[in-house]
Amino acid sequence: MNFISGFCKLRDFQMITSSEHKSYGNANGETFVSGLYSDHKIDYPKFYKMDMQSRLGFLSAEFLFRDVPVKDYPSDSLSVVLSNADGSLDTDLKFDRSCQTAASPSLFVYTLSNIVAGEICIRHGIKGENAFFISASFDAELMCSYVDLTLSQPQTKACLAGWINVVEEQHDVLVYLVEKRQRGLCFEHTREQISKLYY
Amino acid sequence: MEQLIGELKIQIIEALNLKHVKPEQISDDQPLFGEGLGLDSIDALELIVLLQQKHNTKIANAQDGPKIFKSVRSIAEYITLHKTS
Amino acid sequence: MNQVFVIGAGVISAIGNSYSECLSSLMHCRSGIAALTTLDSIHKGKLPVGEVKLSNEALAEATGGNPALTRTALLGLHAAQEAVKDSKLPDLGAWRVGLLSATTVGGMDKTEMFFPAFMQDSKAGKLKNVVHHACGSTTEIMAGYLGVKDFITTINTACSSSVNAIMMGARMIRHNLLDIAIAGGTDALTRFTINGFNSLMILDDEPCKPFDANRKGLNLGEGAGYLVLASERVIGNLQLNPKAIISGYANTNDAYHQTASSPEGNGSYAAMKNALAMADLKSSDIDYINLHGTGTKNNDLSEGTAVKRLFGEQYPRLSSTKAYTGHTLGASGGVEAVFSVMAIDNQCVFPNLRFKTAMPELGVQPQMEMQKTNVNHVMSNSFGFGGNCASIILSSFKS
Repeated sequence: MNFISGFCKLRDFQMITSSEHKSYGNANGETFVSGLYSDHKIDYPKFYKMDMQSRLGFLSAEFLFRDVPVKDYPSDSLSVVLSNADGSLDTDLKFDRSCQTAASPSLFVYTLSNIVAGEICIRHGIKGENAFFISASFDAELMCSYVDLTLSQPQTKACLAGWINVVEEQHDVLVYLVEKRQRGLCFEHTREQISKLYY
Repeated sequence: MEQLIGELKIQIIEALNLKHVKPEQISDDQPLFGEGLGLDSIDALELIVLLQQKHNTKIANAQDGPKIFKSVRSIAEYITLHKTS
Repeated sequence: MNQVFVIGAGVISAIGNSYSECLSSLMHCRSGIAALTTLDSIHKGKLPVGEVKLSNEALAEATGGNPALTRTALLGLHAAQEAVKDSKLPDLGAWRVGLLSATTVGGMDKTEMFFPAFMQDSKAGKLKNVVHHACGSTTEIMAGYLGVKDFITTINTACSSSVNAIMMGARMIRHNLLDIAIAGGTDALTRFTINGFNSLMILDDEPCKPFDANRKGLNLGEGAGYLVLASERVIGNLQLNPKAIISGYANTNDAYHQTASSPEGNGSYAAMKNALAMADLKSSDIDYINLHGTGTKNNDLSEGTAVKRLFGEQYPRLSSTKAYTGHTLGASGGVEAVFSVMAIDNQCVFPNLRFKTAMPELGVQPQMEMQKTNVNHVMSNSFGFGGNCASIILSSFKS
């Protein structure tokens, strides 16, 4: 059995972890991410170059790892399994618009679903396996079984898993840490538990 | 040249999404890449687009980027020399 | 744990519309790269790309698919149908079958036709062009035609997508979650990707030269490649003759940059090393590496560095078949896995076209000509943006 140690949800302009709940009332996407970034005193110059999906993913991982740090794990023992429904649609639209005048390379870079995984890995030095699935809606069954599959390998000790979906002002982010050991929330890593976290 | 340098600072901040940087914080000769403003290879590509779109100046080879984009002044000098009307 | 057998393979690319056509082109050094003909783009007639030589109508006719479908779905269906036919499975319905399909483009080829009119007038543009935009839609369409119901999933991890799909299929069979997996990927050429790669300034304006000192970049391509994987139970039950086995695979993150690979090739090195470990093979056991070898300055130097770190001076015969097909993006892992099966099936290695001079930093010499030789273990690499590095090892059934 594997265990869910912590989570972070970013939805409806709210940030929820097991230790914190913050609401950004009349926010829009930009003010939401800027508020989260500055309120939590994060210092990462490349943050503002990322697209919205990567910024939200980056922030959610940041808050998750503050609750359940992973610094002690060897870099290749952490895996990342993420998913969403809309791929990189938000940035695809912006890039396509940029092509009217001149295709923007910094937007093009983010027109792939898994770049957010790359940004998280760069920030936290994660070098283990990473996957990104496209599902019509959050698929707890798929996430549960695939994360367990990655953890069935002896060298993989923990997995950052979740759903990061962004289209314009609709943000739906849930990330959680699954480990072989028990700490933090100590929830059993099951389809039911993951569904409960998400809904 | 001074006016161009001033213009460039504003355009660079906008093009590269340097949200927390003000034009007066970028000195004319400070290195832009690596340690300086911390720009990277993707930023260099955006600068190539900026020069093309706003200053009618083409850079055909991305490898020339580091030399041309050393500082705001070196960009301004390049534009002045190579701008096509 | 179950062993994983390859019982079918199907592919479509710039060098052929079928397994046998692609094999013939590979063996006769016939590249499929030529100036862009189909897309309405400023690059038409100029930019070298690897176009599949069938129109959507022709693809629809060959597959029985609707000609209004996205090109990505039609290409995928074409290759997957060939793979299933090749497997000689009498009845998919008798087994737990999964379709694990990768794509980065999805329905973008149709969506980008919608936008110009829509941007001028929000009431203009044909909405039916965006209905199948989502990557998942491509897979669902294919599953419908193939009759796969038990498990369907879509993977998008940039250029390593289809190797990851094959890995997942293999994993699910090993863990007895599936009996059969149709796994691979598909991507069509679009203005979106051409404009994007052009803005990154990593396209070669001539046919690419992977691993060459004077390489200038990549050529974009399109295509699809699928393997049919099966468990021992299926093989035994149906007395099928496998073409190969999936003996090892691994995936890592380079954790360096969104699009560039680390100079030391850390992610690629770890992926290749871990794949070898899983296959319980020594580096000297590998007979051929089908390189990711896009032809960009960055990838080839990084990948070459990783190869030398792992294999030393005794690196195996190696080549990039992207000199034939162009870089088929999300489909590349699938297309090249099929080429790896061909290498085993025909006991040969394919040349690295247009190579002249080794990179001075490494001195790596790819395979210069088509050669018949002992091929028991083939390693195929696929490295994607976002630092996603995947390596897979296919081995001959007898080994």
